[in-house]
Amino acid sequence: MNCQFITGENLLHLCEKHDLTIAEVMVRRECELSHRTADEVRAQMAERLAVMHSALEKGLTQAPRSVGGLVEGQGKRLNNLPSPLMGGQAAYAAAAAMAIAEVNAAMGRIIAAPTAGSCGVLPGALFSAARSFGFDDAALVEALFVSAAVGLLIQTNATVSGAEGGCQAEVGAASAMAAAALTFLQGGSAGASLSAAALALQNLMGLVCDPVAGLVEVPCVNRNSIGAVNALLSADIVLSGTGVMIPFDETVDAMYAVGCSLSPALRESAQGGIAATPTAKAAEKSIFAAEQYIPEGLGR
Amino acid sequence: MKTLSAFDVIGPSMVGPSSSHTAGAARIGAVARRLTGDDPVSAEFTLFGSFAHTYAGHGTDRALVAGLLGLAPDDERLPFSFELAAQQGVSFRFRTSEAPTEHPNTVGIRLTGRTGAVTRITAVSLGGGAIMITQLQGVDVSITGEYPTLMVEHKDQPGMIGEITRLLGDRDINIAFMRVFRHERGGQAFMVIETDHMIPPHIVQDVASLSRGIGGVYIIEGV
Repeated sequence: MNCQFITGENLLHLCEKHDLTIAEVMVRRECELSHRTADEVRAQMAERLAVMHSALEKGLTQAPRSVGGLVEGQGKRLNNLPSPLMGGQAAYAAAAAMAIAEVNAAMGRIIAAPTAGSCGVLPGALFSAARSFGFDDAALVEALFVSAAVGLLIQTNATVSGAEGGCQAEVGAASAMAAAALTFLQGGSAGASLSAAALALQNLMGLVCDPVAGLVEVPCVNRNSIGAVNALLSADIVLSGTGVMIPFDETVDAMYAVGCSLSPALRESAQGGIAATPTAKAAEKSIFAAEQYIPEGLGR
Repeated sequence: MKTLSAFDVIGPSMVGPSSSHTAGAARIGAVARRLTGDDPVSAEFTLFGSFAHTYAGHGTDRALVAGLLGLAPDDERLPFSFELAAQQGVSFRFRTSEAPTEHPNTVGIRLTGRTGAVTRITAVSLGGGAIMITQLQGVDVSITGEYPTLMVEHKDQPGMIGEITRLLGDRDINIAFMRVFRHERGGQAFMVIETDHMIPPHIVQDVASLSRGIGGVYIIEGV
């Protein structure tokens, strides 16, 4: 069978016609693409999951400090808050997402999903669900394939680059990927997964990319936490039976149109949003004044 | 353009913080190392545009040196590449330039190998970890490093392409993409062949002995 798909509608048609989950379609597509077996393809995804897990451990226990020094140990602190207002499930998702994003900001090893700047969202949401509902690694690997299908659709039909589409294209896409994966884990249909992805993307539509000093630190680490919590919320709304009015494909098109209409100042250039505030500008000046060295290594 | 894989979306596996400024920079370093065909002993990097302005906060400098030392973009020793370079006796220097460039994330690299041979490279980081070598020894080229690549330096004369592609065909290596670049007719030229299969190291010797018109032969494993 041919497992290529361009739109969400194509993907749902493939699932229905062959009685497959989104994950199974994605695994078959990958087998075709790379001339490997399903076991080999799943093993590679399991390796990626293991890297996500190491990053989580590191972020929650070591409280890494970012290269620019703007974030440090936020994930760990939130995880230690005794009575989070949003409840343990959401607080852990947010803390895990931040912890992983902090490992990224501190030059640690992560899996871009879909980007390095948004790398905490998907594992934050998945590990939170796994902790409460006991999903094992095999289930999480399938969930990652579901999220990969959603990311692929967004990357194909819109963009996942902050410089092109703003933060909605990075954290928004990651949140959509996570919402689809969570819906799948909770037994939702392929259609429900795409509805949850659409809702997650709609909830974050218009979010600008405004990194202070151009670094992947503030507000990026915090935005990872909202992406993870938004994924839980979007999946729950769909699982409760509420329909999503605007379908996934149309939502992706709308997100792209919004991205194109954003001023370049709001697309990763550090010239708009909170990056343009006096406090951000002062921080930028002091970071780069301290680092105006020209690195040189003399060897032996 | 390569068809996107699930592992392009859930990936790459990399050391942060930025796919363009860190992972892409490490890949540029790795490809540059291959293009010297020799262990580099010293390197001079010139950073342009966004690379010049924000390299410090993104570890772009450490990533470039890490790649040059042969470290993968997800090697956790990447942040310590300066120290590793010192241990390995590799010296390096960075400059920044305000000169305008076509692409915001551009780096010029001048490498000296153990034999004293100098390789000059210009590369750009395109985003998401994708890169392109845009100049080699002053000749405009395009090398992405996404596929196993054979790079052959040769004299621009009739028959060269046929000889080399026949040799690859005889060894069952399928060519995915290929391009030929040159300065002027009859001068120095570069053939860039991207393949679907790993290129065994002995191909270097086989290709080099084909004709006197062939200079350097380099293999870039997909990085």
